[in-house]
Amino acid sequence: MTPTIALLLIITFLLSTVGLLVLIWSISTNQFSNSQNAARTIFTPGEEGHSEDPAREDTSAYEGDSEAAKEAFTARWVQDQSSKPAVLIWLSSAVFWLLIGSFYGLLASIKMHYPEFMADSQWWTFGRIRPMHLNAVVYGWSSMAGIGAVLFLVPRLFKTPLRGTPYAVTGAIIWNIGVILGLGAINFGLSDGQEWLEFPWQVDFLFVLGGALCAVPLLLTCARRTVEHLYVSSWYFLAALVWFPFLFFIANVPKVFPGATGATVNWWFAHNVLGLWVTPLGIGIAYYIIPKILGRPIISYKLSLIGFWSLALFYSQVGIHHLIGGPIPTWLVTLSIVHSVMMSIPVITVAINHHGTMWGNFGRIKESPTLRFVWIGALMYTATSLQGSLMALRSVNVITHFTHYTIAHAHLGMYAFLSFILFGAIYFIMPRLTDREWPWRRMISLHFWLVAIGILIYFVSLTTAGWLQGLALLDAKTPFLEIVQMTIPYLQARSLGGGLMVAGHIVFVVHFIFMLSRRGAMTQGPTLFRVRTKEISQ
Amino acid sequence: MTRVLAIMMGAAFILLLATLTLVVMPYLQMSAEAVPPGLKPYTQQELMGRQTYIANGCMYCHSQQPRDPSFASGDKDRGWGRPSVPGDYANDWPHLMGTMRTGPDLFNIGARQPSEDWHLIHLYNPQAVMKGSIMPPYRFLFRHVEKAGPNDKVVNMPPPYGPGSGQLIVTEEGMALVAYLLSLDHTYPAPTLPQAKIDEE
Repeated sequence: MTPTIALLLIITFLLSTVGLLVLIWSISTNQFSNSQNAARTIFTPGEEGHSEDPAREDTSAYEGDSEAAKEAFTARWVQDQSSKPAVLIWLSSAVFWLLIGSFYGLLASIKMHYPEFMADSQWWTFGRIRPMHLNAVVYGWSSMAGIGAVLFLVPRLFKTPLRGTPYAVTGAIIWNIGVILGLGAINFGLSDGQEWLEFPWQVDFLFVLGGALCAVPLLLTCARRTVEHLYVSSWYFLAALVWFPFLFFIANVPKVFPGATGATVNWWFAHNVLGLWVTPLGIGIAYYIIPKILGRPIISYKLSLIGFWSLALFYSQVGIHHLIGGPIPTWLVTLSIVHSVMMSIPVITVAINHHGTMWGNFGRIKESPTLRFVWIGALMYTATSLQGSLMALRSVNVITHFTHYTIAHAHLGMYAFLSFILFGAIYFIMPRLTDREWPWRRMISLHFWLVAIGILIYFVSLTTAGWLQGLALLDAKTPFLEIVQMTIPYLQARSLGGGLMVAGHIVFVVHFIFMLSRRGAMTQGPTLFRVRTKEISQ
Repeated sequence: MTRVLAIMMGAAFILLLATLTLVVMPYLQMSAEAVPPGLKPYTQQELMGRQTYIANGCMYCHSQQPRDPSFASGDKDRGWGRPSVPGDYANDWPHLMGTMRTGPDLFNIGARQPSEDWHLIHLYNPQAVMKGSIMPPYRFLFRHVEKAGPNDKVVNMPPPYGPGSGQLIVTEEGMALVAYLLSLDHTYPAPTLPQAKIDEE
């Protein structure tokens, strides 16, 4: 054991040295000077102090008070239009997979407390429906909506039109084929058998190809950028672009990692998909949209960079907390627990920035659907991450591991955090691409309340069920069947919450389709700031 | 471009180090670990059953990894067996350790329920042996026929859980799944466990 510990120490030392070097490099190359100026790069000249909120009903129009300002607005309109075909295909596909994925989720949920429900055929058996739900919402909805939002933000962040749009469109087509084949394979019983990695490795090549095709326009646009500072969102997007292919490739290489090693690779991957793929996308989007809608830069740009590097250092090593108590070396589990707890550092820095920027402006979430979704998403990021750090502690994990508590936590992260931010982003992006209003504001409100109440019921019921289940499992005097019976009312409540969420998605998708089919009122020219709806309809 | 490259290189480098600690080092350490001599390789039929187990997602409700009694005493007290060691999984491609215990741990189900008939009845309709269970029935692993052939394995369901008339036979897939479940018996000693824990057994 001693050589292992020595090696571990050396590696930990190396790791911290690298972190320190990066920090020194950042300071010496003046990454941190002008830091607040960097935070202002998302505004056009003179725009600071004015809200950009395409989905809001009542915005005072700001069209720039000087020639330069007006020119910058026109340039941004050109940038938005440049990404239109790519963004539309990624977002429309994402919305489609959201509907499919949540439908399978609801079915799986009902089957949990009503095992005879659609039980006659292998096509609808729980063990196939559940992974189809997970993969559809992770690789279909979250990843595709995230990439769509990134493709929209990249020209804005680099202040130049998107180059290589056809690559991104082709990428979306290939990615969609991947999701269809992958879900089909699971339904046919051809799953690879590891959670988060169910898609057969033969299908996984399509994702690598589709993702690589998306990287082309990102890098081409980045090379032509006209901004001096890289805004923090682009840091997250660039890193995610490196991380995802790396992870996805290693974890999916077939027949390399047997048995217990396979389990460590499995969970190293699964938690990194969350930490190094969807989280950077979600946080990056929030870092753009919150200050943009408020019209004020984030309060500390310095802090945002510390948050970025600490996220990279700590999040990449948390995965093995999924195997606490499992048949793997103790040092490995301890390493992941330590890093899970250290995750509170990037989480707190992001929280200070997101919520600190919101401070004094909370009233705005009443009128702005985008801000309401995105800020609540950001708040849930703080909540779910801190909860995750606690769940990695051995004393808590011994109760929550193997229970519904984990499922509740996963939905707090993937839904209340990530999906809320993606909903907000779509409400922000679509009016800009189509130059149309969202047709019915009440539908946005209905969507919000259905999914908000839905996830609340979902989270509270499963968290309670999981905690009680975990305590009971530790005490062998409680018969197993009794524990199963005890959870049933909570599982029924989860179906109710899930049903509300699906209803919300139907409202959202219908609204989205109407938006696509150009039912909304036309906005006025390339001003980018809308005038009142009433004035348009007159 | 330098800054962009620096960010991407930095990001890649950090992940590379994480891969070293979380993938490469455990791989080196665990593949060097001794496989318990009592571990039997899977037969052809058991491997087929293992595929059925994967195809129908049994691992989403059943774990295969009893925890150390000094950490979580419930696992051993429920009769799920000694804590598992990396060597126990030497033949597993992929691992099926699971993360959920909607149903009980199956690491030693072959020792706990050695009866083939029990498993067949339970798979056809869990209610027949576990009233109130929320495990779904796997009727699609069985066939309902007028008269079973000489080579068919007939399942005698206790009334009222049977199909009523005719006979119930198990498919090749269902039979393989039961063979796999019965092979899940890790009651042999694990020499790599600390000695004190073996004494407790």
